[in-house]
Amino acid sequence: MEFFFDWFRVLYDETGINLPFLYDSYDRNRMVNGFLTTIWLSLVCLFFSVIIGVIGAWLQGSSFKWTRRIVNGYIQIFRNTPPLVQLYFFYFAIGTLLPKVENDWGGQSPLLGSFAWAAISLSFFAGAFNVEIFRSGIEAVPKSTVEAAEALGFSKLMIYRDITLPLAFRVVLPALNNNLVNLVKTTTLAYAIAVPEMLYEANQIWSDNVNVTEMMIFLLLAYFALVGVLVSGMNRWERAMKIPGYG
Amino acid sequence: MSWSPSEPMVSIKDVHKSFGDLKVLNGVSLDVMKGDVICIIGPSGSGKSTLIRCVNALNDIQQGSILVEGQEVNDLHLNKLELRKKVGMVFQQYNLFPHKTALQNVMMAPVRVLKHDKVEAEATARALLKKVRLEGKEAAFPGELSGGQQQRVAIARSLAMQPDVMLFDEVTAALDPETVGEVLQTIKDLAEDGMTCILVTHEMGFAREIADHVYFTDRGVIVEHGPPETFFKDAKDPRTREFLSQIL
Repeated sequence: MEFFFDWFRVLYDETGINLPFLYDSYDRNRMVNGFLTTIWLSLVCLFFSVIIGVIGAWLQGSSFKWTRRIVNGYIQIFRNTPPLVQLYFFYFAIGTLLPKVENDWGGQSPLLGSFAWAAISLSFFAGAFNVEIFRSGIEAVPKSTVEAAEALGFSKLMIYRDITLPLAFRVVLPALNNNLVNLVKTTTLAYAIAVPEMLYEANQIWSDNVNVTEMMIFLLLAYFALVGVLVSGMNRWERAMKIPGYG
Repeated sequence: MSWSPSEPMVSIKDVHKSFGDLKVLNGVSLDVMKGDVICIIGPSGSGKSTLIRCVNALNDIQQGSILVEGQEVNDLHLNKLELRKKVGMVFQQYNLFPHKTALQNVMMAPVRVLKHDKVEAEATARALLKKVRLEGKEAAFPGELSGGQQQRVAIARSLAMQPDVMLFDEVTAALDPETVGEVLQTIKDLAEDGMTCILVTHEMGFAREIADHVYFTDRGVIVEHGPPETFFKDAKDPRTREFLSQIL
């Protein structure tokens, strides 16, 4: 392994192509942490945005007018404003309104850190799209199938969980796929509130080493690979969910 | 409410139903005794499907009363689960759950709704699929089955809830002619086992063979009814005669 890392130091000495996050253990740690933070932030946001989508789409079918209005209001606000503005709104507007807590060194820290705000903000952002995506899938489930479940005594919740949602899921996977890809790419916005994700760490490295070109190329390839893994996973899932003789 | 088998199992009294301005049922009354097989026939749009959909509260009614084993269906506080345990329904388009195998389709309601043990429910489901002559098709998805096979799975699925009365809503209307027979045979087996059945059908020959009583509906009212022997031979009402002459 050392040999591998050293090779990049030689590469730098011989050609001037500077990839310090490979040969320098300090920068390497920064890059690995950034990479892991990006993955963790993506996973957290993927999870919560899908949960928001599933619950929001269920609430949209509510018989209470105000429940539907609140969900629609949420969608409008988060779909029609820039995600960076949302992120700033959460971090700087809501974040400063919350009480401070004493930290381990006796100082005052905000209740929620930048990572938490990024996770909340991006989950709501992608969740708004997911609600609409799931709604389109739910509308594609034939009413007659739902009726058959009703006639068998299924409750509304059972119908949603056992019939509507599994069928809707299959319909919406391509659209969901798109939105989740967008979400992973949007995690780079967390840079703006100093979440130490991949872009932020890369910035630290190029500030120290003045190797902007190399870092930009690396970032592009790294995100390309990361999203590629997600897409191939989703495609695999799509194939696995295919029902013989259906659709 | 207490109910004894000497009373009608399903008692429909003066039922009125409209969809917006469109009056679909205009004062329909009929009684079904335990073990009876009744057939409702009539032109499309005469309200016959709506009528049986009202019996298990898939459609609500505006006026009148429907009693199923003494339980009033026209009730704002209707316990739908209680009602639907008693009433099974089979639809024209089968309406199977496409993401579940034949076996899972049959097992699902007993496990989820009745909270039956999975192993028991599976044994019952296998027996029911055998009863509708679908042994060997347990693992097939609905999309892999013919219309007639799907409809028989739907019948088994409904029977798995152990209903007291079965509603059949034009269950052969969407089938290829060669598979109609297998579905009708299944219903006939059920009727012979003593199941109370209410059928909406266009199969006149079948109605004549299986029904204890035939009802003819037109424009939301029952125009004429009687046992099949007299009903099909000497219908009194001109509308019935015209309809029968077009069909037979």
